[in-house]
Amino acid sequence: MITVEHLTKRYGPVAAVNDVSFSCHPGTVTGFLGPNGAGKSTTMRMICGLTRPSSGTATVNGVAYRDLPNPGRHVGVLLDASAQHAGRTGHEVLTVSGQLLGVGSARVEEILEQVGLSGAASKRRVGNYSLGMRQRLGIAHALLGDPSVLILDEPANGLDPEGIFWMRGLLRDFADRGGTVMLSSHLLREVEAVADHMVVIGHGQIVADGGKDELLTQGGLVVRALEPSALERVLADAGVTAKATRDGAFAVESDAETVGRVAAAAGIVLLELRPADSAGLEEMFLRLTSSGPPSSDGPPPEVTRPVQPSELDREAV
Amino acid sequence: MSAVTVSGSVRTDRPAPPSLARLAGVELRKMTNTRAGMALLVIVLLSEVGLMIGLMVAGDAEDLSLSGFFQIAQLGVGILLPVLGILAVTSEWSQRTALTTFALEPRRQMVVAAKTAAAAVLVAGVLVTCVSLAALANVVAPLVTDASGSWSLGGNVLGFAALFQLINVLVGIAFGLVFLSSPLAIVLYFVLPTLWSILTGLSSALEGPAQWLDLASTTEPLLEEAMNSKDWAQLGTSVAVWLALPFALGLARVMRSEMK
Ligand SMILES: Nc1ncnc2c1ncn2[C@@H]1O[C@H](COP(=O)(O)OP(=O)(O)O)[C@@H](O)[C@H]1O
Ligand SMILES: [Mg+2]
Repeated sequence: MITVEHLTKRYGPVAAVNDVSFSCHPGTVTGFLGPNGAGKSTTMRMICGLTRPSSGTATVNGVAYRDLPNPGRHVGVLLDASAQHAGRTGHEVLTVSGQLLGVGSARVEEILEQVGLSGAASKRRVGNYSLGMRQRLGIAHALLGDPSVLILDEPANGLDPEGIFWMRGLLRDFADRGGTVMLSSHLLREVEAVADHMVVIGHGQIVADGGKDELLTQGGLVVRALEPSALERVLADAGVTAKATRDGAFAVESDAETVGRVAAAAGIVLLELRPADSAGLEEMFLRLTSSGPPSSDGPPPEVTRPVQPSELDREAV
Repeated sequence: MSAVTVSGSVRTDRPAPPSLARLAGVELRKMTNTRAGMALLVIVLLSEVGLMIGLMVAGDAEDLSLSGFFQIAQLGVGILLPVLGILAVTSEWSQRTALTTFALEPRRQMVVAAKTAAAAVLVAGVLVTCVSLAALANVVAPLVTDASGSWSLGGNVLGFAALFQLINVLVGIAFGLVFLSSPLAIVLYFVLPTLWSILTGLSSALEGPAQWLDLASTTEPLLEEAMNSKDWAQLGTSVAVWLALPFALGLARVMRSEMK
């Protein structure tokens, strides 16, 4: 469980992170999304006690990170896979941390095996590792203390498609066993495949926070017909707002059954009728990356935040 | 994937925080498990051997003794070991391992204490090799020269040498903490004291008082095992300025600094 409340970090006059609040729950993978420079790494460093917040608090399993005795046994942290001594072997890096954590050498071998770095690879110096191998070592390092929480900053960077697939499986498995996972990314697609929950940050502020499904389907439906103009006419007659998209389909604010019945009644052949997947989020993303920071005297951005039934349950427990 | 075992939101077991002894063990390992660390220790060893051979070849007969060989080796150790102290701190920043180190042990003062303790252990280890090599030299010397071959080695000699090395290596750590950069800390560690001697040497009025702050000359009597009360006072003053002050400033810097 990670709880972030009103975290703010100012560098001079600039707020890199501005009044950020969210939480990551056991059993879920939370994708922490935002374009480069949005404040993801700064937020994660503050959670881990490596950067002092200007204001606000963060706790892991109910305790401030600094107050966790032997935090590596509770939280697995990977903030920068390249921040390892280039002159040590992968095996040595894990052995040193294992000694600090108080886990045996058997655990080191086991975890090296699990991330696919056992054998000859583990005896090479980290300076000779590819970025993908460093990410694997970093993930091994995070898992070493058998934590219940994982905090990973852009762990997919440098991984090949097979590696990304592997990591998704690992994180899904970790969460399914009751663990809490928070991973950041600047790529929507990367997080979409594994996260159940998404927190979107832009210019240091949270702009969306909710279950993946709610956020991704906010764009309504996409419908495409053999005769677009006929479809547009009958939809308008039925009072369904339809907006033509660039590729000849329509974005409609309605449910699939209504649209399907309208089309069927008019004898129109549909070629496509589906949720508008991540169009909404993607648009928000593009806006975040293209526009400047929000003016300081303007209203704060409206947070997209569907309330999840599961979340209410959790709070009741 | 069976290795991943998690026990829900809050673990019931509370692993104890690592003890200072465990942390010191970790830091000792980090000081010696890199090429730079290992190379420095080998050079320390070679310098001991080299200085002892030099003494054997060029020294007076009465200096060719166990304590003579032991003390000549201290000069090389005293120059090289502080570099290891500096690197023990600064490599965490140059290699950016501080990010991991302080994520695993957020009590940063404990990490600094562990590095200090590890340096002390290293000093003890190096002194043991000095004694061993000096004994070997003292066996060989009478065979090849007209050495006195005396085997006396007083507790003072050992204790003072240990203090000498400890002060030097801790000044190294203190410089590392203040500058958090290997080249800067190493260069300034060697240049600043010399600069101080040169600058104060320019004025004869300053020369006397300046000696109180000249660490090289205040630690010298330690290797001659002849410390009078004025020597102790001068040593204390110079240690306060070159060790305690930068150590305190550096610790404060590390406690506050942001890890990136
Ligand atoms: N030490 C610093 N001084 C000034 N600005 C900083 C500092 N660290 C980060 N920033 C700024 O804070 C913002 C957020 O950075 P970061 O958290 O690294 O973003 P992300 O990880 O989302 O790419 C960026 O605009 C960056 O330039
Ligand atoms: Mg980042």
